[in-house]
Amino acid sequence: MRVVIAEDLALLREGLIRILQTTGFEVIASVDNGPALTQALMTHRPDVAIVDVRLPPTFTDEGLRAAIAVRKRIPGLPIVVLSQYVEQLYARELMSDRAGAVGYLLKDRVMDVGQFVAAVRQVASGSTVMDPEVVSALLTHRATDPTLRTLSPREHEVLTLMAEGRSNAAIAARMFVTEKTVSKHISTIFTKLDLGLSQSHHRRVLAVLAYLEKPTETDKTASG
Amino acid sequence: MNDSRETFSPGGASPTPERPRPTLRSLLALRVSLTGWSVVLLAGSIAGAALATLWITSVPLIALGAGIPLTLLATALIRWLADLHRQWAARRFGESVARPYLPTPDAGWPVRLWTILRDPATWRDWTWLVINSLTGWLTSGLSVLLVIGGFVYLLYPLIYLLTPPQVFRTPLGEAFRLHSAGQSFALVPLGPVCFLLWYATVTRLANLNARVIRLLLGPTEQARLRARVRQLATSRAETVDTQAGELRRIERDLHDGAQARLVSLGMSLGLAEQLLPEDQEAVRQLLAEARDSASGALGELRDLVRGIHPPVLADRGLDGALQALALANPIPTTVVTRLPGRLPAPVESAAYFAVTEALSNAIKHAGARHIRITVELGPAGELTMRVADDGRGGASPHHGTGLRGIARRLAAFDGTLAVDSPPGGPTEIRMSLPCASS
Repeated sequence: MRVVIAEDLALLREGLIRILQTTGFEVIASVDNGPALTQALMTHRPDVAIVDVRLPPTFTDEGLRAAIAVRKRIPGLPIVVLSQYVEQLYARELMSDRAGAVGYLLKDRVMDVGQFVAAVRQVASGSTVMDPEVVSALLTHRATDPTLRTLSPREHEVLTLMAEGRSNAAIAARMFVTEKTVSKHISTIFTKLDLGLSQSHHRRVLAVLAYLEKPTETDKTASG
Repeated sequence: MNDSRETFSPGGASPTPERPRPTLRSLLALRVSLTGWSVVLLAGSIAGAALATLWITSVPLIALGAGIPLTLLATALIRWLADLHRQWAARRFGESVARPYLPTPDAGWPVRLWTILRDPATWRDWTWLVINSLTGWLTSGLSVLLVIGGFVYLLYPLIYLLTPPQVFRTPLGEAFRLHSAGQSFALVPLGPVCFLLWYATVTRLANLNARVIRLLLGPTEQARLRARVRQLATSRAETVDTQAGELRRIERDLHDGAQARLVSLGMSLGLAEQLLPEDQEAVRQLLAEARDSASGALGELRDLVRGIHPPVLADRGLDGALQALALANPIPTTVVTRLPGRLPAPVESAAYFAVTEALSNAIKHAGARHIRITVELGPAGELTMRVADDGRGGASPHHGTGLRGIARRLAAFDGTLAVDSPPGGPTEIRMSLPCASS
């Protein structure tokens, strides 16, 4: 699998390259700034790109902006955005094109190499992967949603893991239940939230995230 | 992607709407009301002359003891009269005229008396009373006189007929004596002349009066600077204190948090290295522990960084950072910003922390169902931040440390905080920061 890496700190860049090469990826380009990232993505069209949010020359959210801009020109180009901190605002912007194939993760997650590599592969195959911190913030934000309160604790757990973009198998393993039980939970959740149950895993993740992202009272009362 | 931001176009509609052209009616109404005030002020200047006399006679009597209550009473009356005049002048200018008095100490009457006597503002008040008893006639008196004159001349034939002979027969002095009612009609045109003069001069005379009041009753440049220096010294001391406190907190957080975790990480790795040849299972467990320590350290550093300068503020400025703040807030929060772009970094940071603090105050205490944050840059370059909630109200900077802390932080930038929070709500916290726009 061909991968492009954008990370300005040499120490972390080398670490990422080593992890990815060890786990069977082919690193075709590694860059350390925003404009170089845009160029690398446009010329190489990798299977997946791993991008640090903060990059030179501005040392602001350059990487995120570059990722969003490139995906406008190459819709659905798989990109995993890494950051020292996660911001719901950025997750929202990344997902806004509804094309899937995005990941938004804390850099800490790289330490769990197995899970990190699985997440990268998932994004490359078109799925959406959200950092647990983003998901828990989304759930906190909707803590008062009466519909979410009708979910049982188990269903709530499944919903959380789904929103993080985990596969049914991963959820089953994590909760020590069978995949069939997970599927049953998922179909209950979709009925309760009044969402159309799609066969594709990728669409289901998007549907859940969209539900959690759905304009709350916050946005409705906004007189913008 | 419902964005509640309001955009601001620097070249768009001017921030202050153009004033409508004044009508003759409104111009006349203004002059009539000023003339009414002139009557009041005239009474004030007469009362002032009496007070000036009272005061200057009571001060020497202090030596006898009898002057002490008299002086205190006269001072209170003079300050009250001066305050009324300050208020009037403030309305004329559209900006307040500050009270220049030294703060009255909370002590016995000898100290209070001494403070009053050595306060230059006391003597400037007295000077004003004396001067005002002259200029009062010149300004307010003249306006009133012109109106009275206008009516008298306009109705002179009537007055001539209604008054006994020998009265009102020499309207312009001995040299000009009226011999018949018909002759008195010659004086009627003087009425409109008086009214025209009144119309032309009444606002100017009032402004002149207000200027005298501001000059003598407002603080002198020296007093203003002294007050400013006092305020700056206080706010600087508070800023230094706050910063030192912050640094101590950061040091402690690093020491007990991230540093400790990195040490434990190093220990786990060292032990794993030792055990590598003999016990693979123990090594695996140690490595997992090491990873947990690293995760914990990262989490703590992240929280610390957010407290120092939130990364999203650096990335997106005040606008983006507040949008992010609203998104993360469990209580529905609307953010409306009208900003021309990025503000100077210190202003952004101060504004962000002030709003965050006000917001967490609302979340903690108000029991609000909806919060609205409005941030806009005014035409004079002052940043106004309003945090309004529909909670239970009753917030006050005098209770609790939250609002007082914000006020202190803002004071370092010459910013202000005002709280409007009746019991039962709603609450609005208004904060402002002067901002030399970038």
